[in-house]
Amino acid sequence: MIINDRNIKVWSTIGARATFGIAALELGKEIDNLMVLTCDVSTSAGLDRFRKTYPEKYLDLGIAEQNMIGVATGLASENFNVITTTFAPFQTMRCCEQIKVNLGYMGQKICMVGIASGLALGTLGFTHCCIEDVGILRSIPGITIISPADSLETVKALEKAVKSESPSYIRLTGSSNNPIVYKEDYDFEIGKSITLKQGKDITIFGTGSMVYQSLEAAKILEGKKISTTVVNMHTIKPIDKIAIDKACSSKLIVTVEEHNVIGGLGSAIAEYKSSLKNSPEQLFIGIQDTYSKSGSYKFLREKHRLTAEKIVEDIFKKLKT
Amino acid sequence: MYKIDPNNITELSNKIRKNILDLSFYAGASSSHFGGALSSVEIIATLFGKIMDFNKNNFQKKNRDRFILSKGHGCMVYYSILNILGIISDEQLKSFEKDDSDLPGHPVKNLNLGIDFTTGSLGMGLSLGVGVALAIKKNNNNNRVFVLVGDGECNEGSIWEAALCAPNLGLNNLTVIIDNNNFQQTGSNDEIMSTKDLKKKWLSFNWKTSTVDGHNIEEIFNILKNKDEKLPQAVICNTVKGKGFSFSENNNDWHHSVLTKSFYEKALNELNKK
Repeated sequence: MIINDRNIKVWSTIGARATFGIAALELGKEIDNLMVLTCDVSTSAGLDRFRKTYPEKYLDLGIAEQNMIGVATGLASENFNVITTTFAPFQTMRCCEQIKVNLGYMGQKICMVGIASGLALGTLGFTHCCIEDVGILRSIPGITIISPADSLETVKALEKAVKSESPSYIRLTGSSNNPIVYKEDYDFEIGKSITLKQGKDITIFGTGSMVYQSLEAAKILEGKKISTTVVNMHTIKPIDKIAIDKACSSKLIVTVEEHNVIGGLGSAIAEYKSSLKNSPEQLFIGIQDTYSKSGSYKFLREKHRLTAEKIVEDIFKKLKT
Repeated sequence: MYKIDPNNITELSNKIRKNILDLSFYAGASSSHFGGALSSVEIIATLFGKIMDFNKNNFQKKNRDRFILSKGHGCMVYYSILNILGIISDEQLKSFEKDDSDLPGHPVKNLNLGIDFTTGSLGMGLSLGVGVALAIKKNNNNNRVFVLVGDGECNEGSIWEAALCAPNLGLNNLTVIIDNNNFQQTGSNDEIMSTKDLKKKWLSFNWKTSTVDGHNIEEIFNILKNKDEKLPQAVICNTVKGKGFSFSENNNDWHHSVLTKSFYEKALNELNKK
């Protein structure tokens, strides 16, 4: 992939979903045995060009996610390099047991891409929002879970996951006009978090769409004399334990995710942190184990306190207790 | 090592039944899926003995036919034939359902033992078969893929997702064999969830569909020997659950049961008279 200013801006404008389609197109050029499987979502997943350019590498299984995972497994067992994709709830939950048996128990390598995860499809209601995927998949042994911070990271994560030997899930959050976290190319390694800003008082671990909001929150906090480290925890499984060890010198660890606070990034960090002798308190910012009425992405992020301003408010509230 | 005679599949079937008895006896008090293994014996014997290109020399090579036991609880019939083929050893058979075994009560992928997929959660195997059959076509190979499902397993919606898919992809190298023994775990199909006329269902999903006596080797062979020009094939094999032993035939108490020494000896005695 050519990574330059122009592409980074274009990918940001079109959002992670459409960027995924562009990245897949590039991988189609490079990988002979690539197969991209979808469930009647080629347009939503930005795959229309891929479908036209590589019809022999594209397979639409219709609206049948359980079959998609089975077919993907059969193809992968015959040495095809398979990506599956559909909307996140259907990619992870409708076919959850197929994922458990085929990718987990059997260990078949497939790269799953859950599009429009989190609250992006809020106007369609919580059938189409997805706040449970990380928690569910994290409990299945052997599956790598990546939640890219922006469109460029989507490109980089997809390439790494497709070329790795492990089954994986890439969780795409955000919508079009996805804020840019990375303005230029950088090193991306699965399982190795990236410290975007160094501070000495508190550490915020963000993932997916919440990395940008965490950075914005840190700016506000700096103005209020709270020196903040911001870490992009793009890989939720395996979790980067070294980064958590380092964060234990902070007086507060904050986790921010567009996901239920049960089962996601916050839980993953807390599980490890609880094994350490001396570790700070943790503030879990995310969807507080509830479904809400539907609404626009912006409305729902406000409602669930997933904006920089609300993050700051919650951190202050915590620091005062 | 026993050499399979394609002209004597009855003898092979008897050997498989003997293995199933041994396996069930090894499992002891942990129980084993006895009835559903026995209903598939002639299907498996005909497939591996006379139809499929799958043997000790090629089971790890690309150029072979593929078999998927979607009704994974019927694993005793699968382990038995893999043992007779010389792929699973007699010693390994003795580990059936034991601690830390490679041969648990549902098959786990083990390419060294000729087991290509982990199965046992019902309804998943046909989709695997669709993927494998598609891969074989994409690689311009002529191998065939056989998937054995249960009639009770056809309660699962995922079977019908795969059934809808295969004809759309023109997978004439794929055959699904339905072991139609009329029972599922806790009763007859009619008592639990009748599948009524399975033939009509598979036909309506655009599969080349036939019904045969699932214990008649000639009928099974004749229907499986050729693939269709265009369509995937569904073969409904009418079978008897627990087939081969007086105490277990059509007796659903033997779905998952303990084979005691006295039943083992009684069964051996009946088998030796065949």
